[in-house]
Amino acid sequence: MDFFNDPNIALIWPELLLAVSAMVLLMIGAYGGERTNRPIAALSVAILLVAAGLVWIGPDEGLAFNNALVVDSFARLMKVLVLLGSAAGIFMSAAYSRAQHFDRFEYPILIMLAALGMMLMISANDLIALYLGLELQALTLYVVAAINRDSLRSTEAGLKYFVLGALSSGMLLYGASLIYGFTGHTNFEGIALAMADERTLGLVFGIVFMLAGIAFKISAVPFHMWTPDVYEGAPTAVTAFFSAAPKVAAMAMLIRVVYGAFEPATLEWQQILAFVSVASMGLGAFAAIGQTNIKRLMAYSSIGHMGFALVGVIAGTEAGVSGVITYLIIYLFTVLGTFAIILAMRRKDGAYEDITELSSIAKTNPMIALLMTAFMFSLAGIPPLAGFWAKWFVFLPAIQVELYWLAVIGVLASVVSAVYYLRIIKIMWFDEGEEGFVPMAAELRLVVGIAGLFVILYVLIAGPIATLAGNAARSFF
Amino acid sequence: MIFLIWEDSEVARRNVRYVALLTTVLTFVVSLGIWSGFENEQSGFQMVEKVAWIPGTDISYHMGIDGISMLFVVLTTFLMPLCVLASWDSVGPRIREYMIAFLILETLMIGVFCALDIVLFYVFFEGGLIPMFIIIGVWGGKRRVYASMKFFLYTLLGSVLMLIAIMAMYWQAGTTDMVALLEFDFGASAQTWLWLAFFASFAVKMPMWPVHTWLPDAHVEAPTAGSVILAGILLKLGGYGFIRFSLSMFPLGSQQFQMLVLVLSVIAIIYTSLVALRQEDMKKLIAYSSVAHMGYVTMGIFAANEQGLQGAIFQMLGHGLVSGALFLCVGVIYDRMHTREIAAYGGLVNRMPAYAVVFLIFTMANVGLPGTVGFVGEFLTLLGAFRANTWIALFATTGVILSAAYALYLYRRVVFGVLQKENLKAILDLSAREKAILYPLVVLTIFFGVYPMPIFDVTTASVNALLTDYRAAIDAASVVAVAN
Repeated sequence: MDFFNDPNIALIWPELLLAVSAMVLLMIGAYGGERTNRPIAALSVAILLVAAGLVWIGPDEGLAFNNALVVDSFARLMKVLVLLGSAAGIFMSAAYSRAQHFDRFEYPILIMLAALGMMLMISANDLIALYLGLELQALTLYVVAAINRDSLRSTEAGLKYFVLGALSSGMLLYGASLIYGFTGHTNFEGIALAMADERTLGLVFGIVFMLAGIAFKISAVPFHMWTPDVYEGAPTAVTAFFSAAPKVAAMAMLIRVVYGAFEPATLEWQQILAFVSVASMGLGAFAAIGQTNIKRLMAYSSIGHMGFALVGVIAGTEAGVSGVITYLIIYLFTVLGTFAIILAMRRKDGAYEDITELSSIAKTNPMIALLMTAFMFSLAGIPPLAGFWAKWFVFLPAIQVELYWLAVIGVLASVVSAVYYLRIIKIMWFDEGEEGFVPMAAELRLVVGIAGLFVILYVLIAGPIATLAGNAARSFF
Repeated sequence: MIFLIWEDSEVARRNVRYVALLTTVLTFVVSLGIWSGFENEQSGFQMVEKVAWIPGTDISYHMGIDGISMLFVVLTTFLMPLCVLASWDSVGPRIREYMIAFLILETLMIGVFCALDIVLFYVFFEGGLIPMFIIIGVWGGKRRVYASMKFFLYTLLGSVLMLIAIMAMYWQAGTTDMVALLEFDFGASAQTWLWLAFFASFAVKMPMWPVHTWLPDAHVEAPTAGSVILAGILLKLGGYGFIRFSLSMFPLGSQQFQMLVLVLSVIAIIYTSLVALRQEDMKKLIAYSSVAHMGYVTMGIFAANEQGLQGAIFQMLGHGLVSGALFLCVGVIYDRMHTREIAAYGGLVNRMPAYAVVFLIFTMANVGLPGTVGFVGEFLTLLGAFRANTWIALFATTGVILSAAYALYLYRRVVFGVLQKENLKAILDLSAREKAILYPLVVLTIFFGVYPMPIFDVTTASVNALLTDYRAAIDAASVVAVAN
């Protein structure tokens, strides 16, 4: 009975649920064979949603396992987002994986394990816990990227992701060991205390290496090279998952590390992140213009968006963190909706990925085309759609700490990136389409509908979401 | 004081037009009702409505009107039913989406003029890009993609700089409420930067030389009603913004850059008038003439005296009627012949006498003939400029002659001459629908030209209050400068 009363366990019920049920489902799948594929997918979506509910009603805050894991309002909000994103990832893949012949029962289970890793990343309050969560997530993602074994591009994507990911993990570990060596702590509070006293060159090296490793996970320039290839090579359903939940988790981890552990060294990491942010916004804006593959285009777009989100991190204030959280919420919804539409780009003979094929949408399904238009305008940051508010809430803190140059570069990058979002809208509405796509699967319609309502009617719910983000940001200040 | 209009998108295709017409007419009636309830003597904002919007920030849904915005609202609601009528038959495919786009556009434009929260203003201001982009891009002419992209990106580039300025203002003043911001004194160096950022946005929107090049493309490719809205209302956003923000909130910045704006205005007046002389496309000619007329507006605003400012507001309203009407006139013959080449016409007076008269009146109003709305605005802005700087006024006056040259040259080539072209011989005169569109405009053009007082009654109190504040701010700053 001690187990159930243990205060440590009370904080990690959702994680335990995920871990145990992932293993149970694995057994069911292994012995049940192919006919269990669909029930397992359905069950895993349900379990992820239950876990999200458990996080929501769970304890408000607390520390567990000798301060290795922390639960606070920031962690709870981010975990809910990650779980919702993962659930949506499995949900959206159903029709696609059947059509593309990779409907294996391992896929939902792997995503559950990835979600577990992401939850640990978000809650990590210790370098070792952080690395454990990160690797659990990363290893499952490598496998998921290569899930379509028969496809050359999918396996190539998986391999690339693995090699580059391993490199970045190595850098992160190297940085972590430097930090441990110079501070004598693996715990974030201990590191922060030690840093407040003295910051040697070695410590700064450690910060640089750790940030480089994390920048890889959020696919920020100059550690972005894997993103376009993996986005394009992986099956579209997997790309949809990649672009949402892992980005949120990695950004949450970054916030936790820089505000939890590196807080005294703000001036040092601000410079690094400012460079990363400007480079990401710039590359995301210019490199996507020439793309013809919609998945590749979205990869560059996500690089740019991570750059925008970083602006809020750099501001270094409570408003800045709250802005990043808002940005992530909005980005999650927008990008899931967009990928649901990309998943629906199919004709009888298979899936299409070229952006010129979008011209068929407006004719066969004007409602979907309208929502896609809303997503694109939102990603471009045009009011009154959600994307504008995302930019507003990250640039405003930057202005408040007088980072005018960063804000100006940011908005100019957003104008450049408007070029390719507009091009997609142009293709949808102004060009004559060819043959129409097959009707959209019901689950995709649901995702598109929810995301569309969120993006268009964001002005009505901006208040509650700002409050939510503000509460979460208060965890650090 | 809101009228969000939602189109029932399920209505049958042929009912769409009637629903849209009814909605816009009703909106117009409502706005007239507001005008009659408007108190002219008051200089502050009236009929204010305020609802908290985003907690934790100061942003609220805050709407209201004063003497400057009142008339723009009425202009918007007046032009909208005409636009719906003008698109009655000429828009074939996707008429439902077309009307929805127009109604959304109307909502947003009214919102811009009424917004009393600076973030809300920006949301409406930028949001207007979306329907206009779609109107040009979907229902436009041959080079519509190029034109719509150019329009969108030009305006967006200007606007994002304004967004940064809005954030900076929010941070400095701690509020986004425009009433509070009008009271707030920004430091002199802050005003310089803020003024420049706002100038970037409004100068593109206006458009001022040299950032006017999107306008001819957008006008040429937009459908007739789109051109009317573009010339009649969207361009006025720039002028409205200059008055509401640049002049009222940053008086020191305005004074500092006064000469720059005046010189750019004069260049716009002379240069674009000369360019207009050489155009082969009717819409392009009118577009360039719009740029020239907007030059008078910016000149009047930044002359920063009563005549200049009153004249600028009047010029904007007059131009809204006249250029809108001219685009409608072009639309009339375009619907018949499907070409805007001036060379394709000639001798229309023989077959279309009513059209010739209407077109003549608007051409004369465009030139600024006394007795039409064009005259009052041009005269007052020139008077205002004369008091600010004699040389500027001198050069700007040459624009009046040039505008007569290009406008009459256009008129002669299209309407007069011998009716030689075979396909023109069967052309029909104005239909009842077209008369219903154009005659009200004729009446207003002449009425306000002869008796402009109803307009000035509304604006005077607000304009005087604005100028009093403006002078007080500049005097205060010079006192500080002397004391130092």
